[in-house]
Amino acid sequence: MAAPTLEIKTLGLGLRLSSKGASNRLTNRSLRILFTRASRCKTTSTMLRPRLSKDSSAWESVIGLELHAQIASKSKLFSASKVQFMAPPNSLVSHFDAALPGTLPVLNKRCVEAGVITAIALSCHINKRSLFDRKHYFYADLPSGYQITQQRVPIATDGQLTFTLFDEKRRHDPTRHRVRIKQIQLEQDSGKSLHDDVNHETLVDLNRAGVGLMEIVTEPDLSSALEAAAMVRELQLILQCIGTCDGRMDQGSLRVDANVSVNRPGDPPGVRAEIKNINSIRFVKNAIDFEIARQTELLENGMEVSAETRSYDLKLGETVPMRDKEGKQDYRFMPEPNLPPLILYDNATIHTASDARSVVNIDEVRGRLPELPEAKRQRLVKDYGIRLDSAVKLVNEDGLVNFFEAVISEDRERDPKKVVNWLETELLKSLNDHDLPVFKSPMDPTKLGELHDLMTKGAISANIGKKLMAEIFQGDSRPITQIINEKGWAQITDRQELNQLCEQVLKKDQALVDSYKSGNTRVINRLMGEVQKMTQGRADPVITRDILTDKMTR
Amino acid sequence: MYHLVMSRRILSSCILVLQATNQRLCSSNGGLHPKIPRKPTWKEINSTNLPKEPVIDEQTIQRLERLALVDFNNVAGIQRLTEAIKLADQIQMVDTTGVEPLDSVLEDRTLYLREDEVTEGNCAEEILQNAAKTCEEYFVAPPGNIPLPPKPVARYDGHQSDEQDCS
Repeated sequence: MAAPTLEIKTLGLGLRLSSKGASNRLTNRSLRILFTRASRCKTTSTMLRPRLSKDSSAWESVIGLELHAQIASKSKLFSASKVQFMAPPNSLVSHFDAALPGTLPVLNKRCVEAGVITAIALSCHINKRSLFDRKHYFYADLPSGYQITQQRVPIATDGQLTFTLFDEKRRHDPTRHRVRIKQIQLEQDSGKSLHDDVNHETLVDLNRAGVGLMEIVTEPDLSSALEAAAMVRELQLILQCIGTCDGRMDQGSLRVDANVSVNRPGDPPGVRAEIKNINSIRFVKNAIDFEIARQTELLENGMEVSAETRSYDLKLGETVPMRDKEGKQDYRFMPEPNLPPLILYDNATIHTASDARSVVNIDEVRGRLPELPEAKRQRLVKDYGIRLDSAVKLVNEDGLVNFFEAVISEDRERDPKKVVNWLETELLKSLNDHDLPVFKSPMDPTKLGELHDLMTKGAISANIGKKLMAEIFQGDSRPITQIINEKGWAQITDRQELNQLCEQVLKKDQALVDSYKSGNTRVINRLMGEVQKMTQGRADPVITRDILTDKMTR
Repeated sequence: MYHLVMSRRILSSCILVLQATNQRLCSSNGGLHPKIPRKPTWKEINSTNLPKEPVIDEQTIQRLERLALVDFNNVAGIQRLTEAIKLADQIQMVDTTGVEPLDSVLEDRTLYLREDEVTEGNCAEEILQNAAKTCEEYFVAPPGNIPLPPKPVARYDGHQSDEQDCS
């Protein structure tokens, strides 16, 4: 009797999980979309916008973000259970995570270090003494009834983040933007609820309960959806670079809440609405764009914006009001009595620590800071003379900078601009098509360098280069020269051979030759095309053109 | 009941300001710390300085019931709550000007930091034993937060005094 119900439930869950999988693919794409396809994004979101009346440009929007970044650590913030995405339900739960009476929090050193290094990367002031607080709310996936967070004195305050916004059509110069970071606080994540609407039940999985989060709060310094999306992308790159968060928005490791309001220029900011839990960069842009348009329309029609919590409905492409949690929440903040203040040390004070091994030294953490994305871009531009937007593309793709530098360092004679061009077009396209990350590319830096050299020397044409790339991605692991020989892809550079081919073409099309002789020199391209047709694109274009011109002007 | 009796006794007379001392220890005082007084001392509180007796409105009662998941919506329950607030209000007589708040008596202790190693978890079966209802290794809870149905609120005006209603 029970079997059918169970099956339905499993099916329901399966559906939800697979829909998550689908958004996963979307998000992976969206990471690249931001810089490479910004224009397309724009058209999509304008289509979704409510219709605007005449002077919508006479409004300004003010945007502030709150980001939740899951700390990349082995164990949770206050307990020693494992942190892992997609584990069997409730398998990563300790007694503390389940809020059993008598259990106490024990702070994870790695999470504190993650907070410190993130604070350094965002140029924050680090509080050498920070405090933990309890924030109370009642929900099934929060077993203790409160979340341990840092409300009064967080680990870091007063930082900033700068990012560059590119106009994809290159109509405008890139613009630099700065967002002030208000604070970074350490806090616990909650469990996950799966809502089974058929059976009117909530299934609770506490695997995520107690995982360490960094809540990063910005000042309302952003003025457009595109800026907000670019800022999130830059933060994501920084977190991935310093290794404190994997930045997987599709898996919920990085989640965004956006506070949005609109006002007339010169007026104080308007009433703001908060959009909760946006889980991809593309949705950050679309949700904020929609929200700005919605509020503008309300105000233009003489209505008021209500201060409310909304969520982004991806199917509708709209923000919708969230079910109200009984009016205004009173979180009943109180000091966490089980945790003394968190004291951080530096080189000057470390000797005062009672046990230097179990404390965090800010200066030591600072020494571990890797080259941040912006510094990396500037260095690439300076050292290799490549364009800034090329540097952006290299840095955007995990591992691509290393790939690029490996190709160049093998042979300093290689032209960085040409290599970059090949990487950002052909290699990325192939990786995309095969859904592979850079480090799994069947085309390694050595092979790509070789391919580049063959094309530069004219031993193969660019078209053949592309074909070779495809072959290698299809799984052909033989040396490049062997593939070229076998397929007969080598460029025909033999003058005699080309001479014969050209003669054949010219004989066939006397009309074209006459046309050329009467001054219509452009027909040479048609003749070139004929030669390439006969050779499957292997004729060396420079020599061929030379021979054809020579023969026709004689 | 315990709470009620306690608060009444204290209210009727005074509060102990200094340490409560043990009769037996006081009488001898031999070998005891000199700071322990020989006799209990106290300070009278002028009840006219105390905040007014609180009147708890309907909304507050419903909200507290919801937060605490405790049913106290009857005359005795509200009386008990009123007494508890009155008891706590006495602390407002203490002058704390210039005193920094103390979160915890452990404030000056070092917060121990654990190495990032996995040593707990993998005990779903054990954890789920506490659940009233489970399904496929999940806890089962009602859908979202459902507000409790409103019900009429009992009244306590502070003068019904000893009427006991513990239904």
